[in-house]
Amino acid sequence: MTAAKKRRPRFPGLRLLEALATPHGIDRYLELVHPMLTIRGVRGEVTRVHRTTADTVTLTIRPTRRWAGFTAGQYVRVSVDIDGVRRTRCYSPATSQHTRGRFELTIKAHEQGLVSRWLHRNAKPGLILHLSQAEGEFTLPERRPEKVLLISGGSGITPVLSMLRTLADEGHTGEVVFLHYAYTEADVPCRADLLELTGKHPNLRLLLAYTDADDGDLSGFFDHTHLRKAAPWHAEAHTYLCGPPGLMAGVREVFADLGLLDRLHTEDFAPAPITVDAADATGDVTFVRAGRAAPNSGQTLLEQAEAAGLTPDNGCRMGVCFTCTTVKTAGCTRDVRNGELSTDPDVEIQLCVSVPVGDVAIDL
Amino acid sequence: MSRTTPTLTPEQYEELGRDLDALRQRVLDDLGEADRKYIYDIVKVQRALEVAGRGLLFAGFFPPAWIAGVTALSLSKILDNMEIGHNVMHGQYDWMRDPAMNSKMFEWDNVAPAENWKHSHNYIHHTYTNIVGKDRDIGYGVLRMDEGQKWRPYYLGNPAYAFALMLFFEWGVMLHDMEVDRLMSGEKKWSETAGVRRRIWHKSVKQVIKDYVLFPALTGPQFVSTLVGNAAANLIRNVWAFNIIFCGHFPNGVETFTEEETKNETRGQWYYRQMLGSANISGSPLFHIMSGNLSHQIEHHLFPDIPARRYPEIAPEVRAICAKYGLPYNTGGLTKQLRSVAKKIFKLALPDNLRGKPAQPPAGTVGNGRALRAA
Repeated sequence: MTAAKKRRPRFPGLRLLEALATPHGIDRYLELVHPMLTIRGVRGEVTRVHRTTADTVTLTIRPTRRWAGFTAGQYVRVSVDIDGVRRTRCYSPATSQHTRGRFELTIKAHEQGLVSRWLHRNAKPGLILHLSQAEGEFTLPERRPEKVLLISGGSGITPVLSMLRTLADEGHTGEVVFLHYAYTEADVPCRADLLELTGKHPNLRLLLAYTDADDGDLSGFFDHTHLRKAAPWHAEAHTYLCGPPGLMAGVREVFADLGLLDRLHTEDFAPAPITVDAADATGDVTFVRAGRAAPNSGQTLLEQAEAAGLTPDNGCRMGVCFTCTTVKTAGCTRDVRNGELSTDPDVEIQLCVSVPVGDVAIDL
Repeated sequence: MSRTTPTLTPEQYEELGRDLDALRQRVLDDLGEADRKYIYDIVKVQRALEVAGRGLLFAGFFPPAWIAGVTALSLSKILDNMEIGHNVMHGQYDWMRDPAMNSKMFEWDNVAPAENWKHSHNYIHHTYTNIVGKDRDIGYGVLRMDEGQKWRPYYLGNPAYAFALMLFFEWGVMLHDMEVDRLMSGEKKWSETAGVRRRIWHKSVKQVIKDYVLFPALTGPQFVSTLVGNAAANLIRNVWAFNIIFCGHFPNGVETFTEEETKNETRGQWYYRQMLGSANISGSPLFHIMSGNLSHQIEHHLFPDIPARRYPEIAPEVRAICAKYGLPYNTGGLTKQLRSVAKKIFKLALPDNLRGKPAQPPAGTVGNGRALRAA
């Protein structure tokens, strides 16, 4: 978090340049000379592309000088223009937070993923990405816990891999176990790097669990046995977890059994299926600017808006990126992630994680 | 205001609406990289002209450099305000989700703040196009541009006011949202204009400092020549924009409407009003770009939020739709349309009875057929 707060000193004479470039701003001129010349906007140039598994791509990115760094576990919003439309997704850097001047993103091409598939196919050195500053609360505490268990599955590996690399860079002496779930060995991103890193540091241990093969350190899905084998000291450790919904639910269940939920820290990187009972849905949803209204279907407001033929801006569809944030002018909504109710009028809500409770009016 | 334009049956209005909706949808479905590239290419040309113009004025002591500088800067301002600013602020490029080309974020190189302009233009003018008493762009609260506006001795100055508005057009646009005429008549309170005034202040100060203080000062001994050059570029942009815009709704044959007959309008009737209330200017592709494609006013008023580069492309189809329903498609060269507008400005300066016309248009001339559909 501290890294994100640091701001570099302002460019000297910036105010004069901005006054001369009003109303467009200096970046709108500089970017036409070279897209990486921007003074205010954060951009990143892809300097290296490599593929460690068939369906992932790892991009090394050199950010512009405004980039304020990140803390291991945080994510960055990455935008690319695909067929004229700017698309934004959240990805967590996988490198150590102490690496200066560059970071890496490992991106898995999801079958339905427009951006991930596009990047997998088209990313090459020289590609310019639009970046946000790093965001997110899924981070290690300033005072590092002595014992750390890192659990990940699939492409959820990136934020915890960053934690592992960061701890290694810091010369952390406590025990760290990196437990990763994949279908088979061929699906583990950066496997060679992981082996090399854990080989160099005796206190770092790598455990690969395969759900579709028996040649891993563990096989099958996470359970009490896996936990005991991986980290018998889990009760005194802090555990950081990121992965697909099934893994998240499985780990939570085990930790709940053990009464250790307060030592489990999670990042939901894929949307958990939102279960709503249509029979419970009451009232109407009014889209004020479009002048449309429809009976509440019980789905999220983003889905209901789309069902009504509107196309509100959206990105992550899981409450992370705030792209779909819109003013609710009246009514009550519930946050599907935590059940929290929003009852005030004229407040901003995230459409993708809000369901209406009775009549709701949205400024769309 | 007697109308020779055919009016349509309710079924025909329905069908007209469906025809135009289908055309619109086809263009929307086709938007993509080519449209993005187009607007960014225009932006590149505009910024290059701007930098070149400002740069040349450093050598303003050399007359050809001064003339070239003023020309480049004028072209830059024209592109910025028309093909880029006007169109981006209409939301024509919002689908790109690019903050630099978003209608909510864009500002133009003009003293009128985008926020105010979007209200008076996108909302008032484009919704209530050519409805006398509602569309404040009929005469801009200053001129008499329609017989439906009651003559007063004040309007004797019509040509003089129009000339002044032409020279100071950006300032006129800036003040437009203040609705000075409604303030004077007491319809609107001064206190209601607080937000509008605050935005005007912030925007215009920055523009004035840039054009009349900073850039002249940067050129040192050329201070006065740069200041005059910048003023000239603003003036040229004003004159050009005024002329193009006045050809959009004021040439002879463009129809106006009453509040009464446009009550409870259907989608098809709205399209009908937009088509009959606008006029095009014919010309070369370069002319269309320099006019911000407002030379395709008819297409623009039908579909204000589709990228302007698409207007020339769909114009033949819009024209064919007009022909299908026997509706006029008002177009002509710049000289023809301007002459027609100028004539109107002079003619309407005089009271109606001086021109051998009854003071009040007889009831019923407001399109007998259209009175039917309003019912």
